[in-house]
Amino acid sequence: MSNYTSAEMMTVTAARALENGTTCFVGIGLPSEAANLARLTHAPDVVLIYESGTLQTKPDVLPLSIGDGELCETALTTVSVPEMFRYWLQGGKVDVGFLGTAQIDRYCNLNTTLIGDYTAPKVRLPGGGGAPEIATNAGEVFITLKHSKRTFVSEVDFVTTLGFGRDGKGRDGVPNIGKGPTRVITDLCVMRPDPDTKELVVTSLHPGVTAEQVQEATGWEIRFADQLETTPEPSDRELEVLRELKARTDRHHSGEDA
Amino acid sequence: MAEFLSLHDAVARYVEDGATVAMEGFTHLIPFAAGHEIIRQSKRDLTLIRMTPDLIYDQLIGAGCVKKLIFSWGGNPGVGSLHRLRDAVEKGYPCKVEILEHSHATMACAYEAGAAGLPLAVLRGYIGSDLPKVNDQIKFIECPFTGERLAAVPSIRPDVSVIHAQRADRKGNVLVEGIIGVQKEAVLAAKHSIVTVEEIVDDLGATPNACVIPGWAIDAIAVAEKGAYPSYAHGYYPRNNRFYKEWDAIARDRDAFNDWLKTNVFEAGGES
Repeated sequence: MSNYTSAEMMTVTAARALENGTTCFVGIGLPSEAANLARLTHAPDVVLIYESGTLQTKPDVLPLSIGDGELCETALTTVSVPEMFRYWLQGGKVDVGFLGTAQIDRYCNLNTTLIGDYTAPKVRLPGGGGAPEIATNAGEVFITLKHSKRTFVSEVDFVTTLGFGRDGKGRDGVPNIGKGPTRVITDLCVMRPDPDTKELVVTSLHPGVTAEQVQEATGWEIRFADQLETTPEPSDRELEVLRELKARTDRHHSGEDA
Repeated sequence: MAEFLSLHDAVARYVEDGATVAMEGFTHLIPFAAGHEIIRQSKRDLTLIRMTPDLIYDQLIGAGCVKKLIFSWGGNPGVGSLHRLRDAVEKGYPCKVEILEHSHATMACAYEAGAAGLPLAVLRGYIGSDLPKVNDQIKFIECPFTGERLAAVPSIRPDVSVIHAQRADRKGNVLVEGIIGVQKEAVLAAKHSIVTVEEIVDDLGATPNACVIPGWAIDAIAVAEKGAYPSYAHGYYPRNNRFYKEWDAIARDRDAFNDWLKTNVFEAGGES
């Protein structure tokens, strides 16, 4: 299918990153959209966990908040928030943490705290939430966000959540820590950290996107893989399921509804 | 033993100026009615604790009740910023609010430690994060058995915790259903507790492993029908997502907020 938006391309690509049977701790927003698309297409047995305590949930519409009733009603079980973070996340039961962010840098450090100085912020963002421990306690981390100079910065203003640290060595020698970010999916491309330096490298461009466009939307001189691939286009079925999911969600959230 | 009080009397008795107050409910069962009663009684200099401040703390902060906020995610879920919180932090309106921020995992552990009567919570957290640089309540300790470096924070022990639940029986035993968040921990960690409920029933109808808080572990029960609205009460009413979206415009503007507060909180009465 040739008619799709760059946002749809991003969601479909992020969804494809999740394998069937994976246990995924899901962040709200774009990760939640992608994770549920995966569940409704190629990965029916993906286990979705939200920090509100909903374990193995199968929402029919995308939640507006992390604790929507829909998540609880369609979950296998709902546990307390301390149990969720202590047993399920810290206990090592999560394969993939799927996160969004406001800022990301070349070493995949995430900032959701603020823009500017901590004591006199230019923009105050919501804060860490579950991300700091999801990023270190999950087996690996997928990140999805829109690509722009505002979001892809050379160095984040504040490391809310560890990627690989300011020098790429932030996980070296740390016991009981996950692999960290293994892929970053945007509306332009897919990036992976270099196996040695941990610096982000563009490995796949979405159809019709040029390397110049990616560089233009990135706040540092980004590296491109020698074997640069083209991301496969969304299938008709993926687009159909995604559009139905979003239409259902919009109808649901426009009313007084949980 | 839980005493059945009006919401007015429960707040008047247990929420003092300058108190440390936790009002919990993770997106679900947020005790809005109690929050509005605190605003109506013009409580001041409160230290508020809550994982996700949500609209309820935006309202309390905008109303000038708050001097300090301890939290882990301060946004309007799925919508954007909490503008009253930002106005207080960035511009000191209506008064300066000091913030102390954590991660969710930490807050959850700190409530649990408070309920367990421990002075601190220990977790594998904050690795590589800048949060310990701006929050002096986050320390690192060495495990005496393995040598692993772990994060430690003081347990949360509020002067009073306030939660909303579906129902209580006539002895004051409370059933919480659905997304149970950290409500039980918040109540057990606090010196005093107020639980608002949708209704009082003869029989809770609880299954053996349900989340039930015994009446003897609670100080006050107050009936507050739709007391969690515009958040939701599982089995009673849905979340008003539309209001959460509308809140963005109300809270963005100081005058719009003050008008909203006057009409919907101060003039909305509450019982005495």
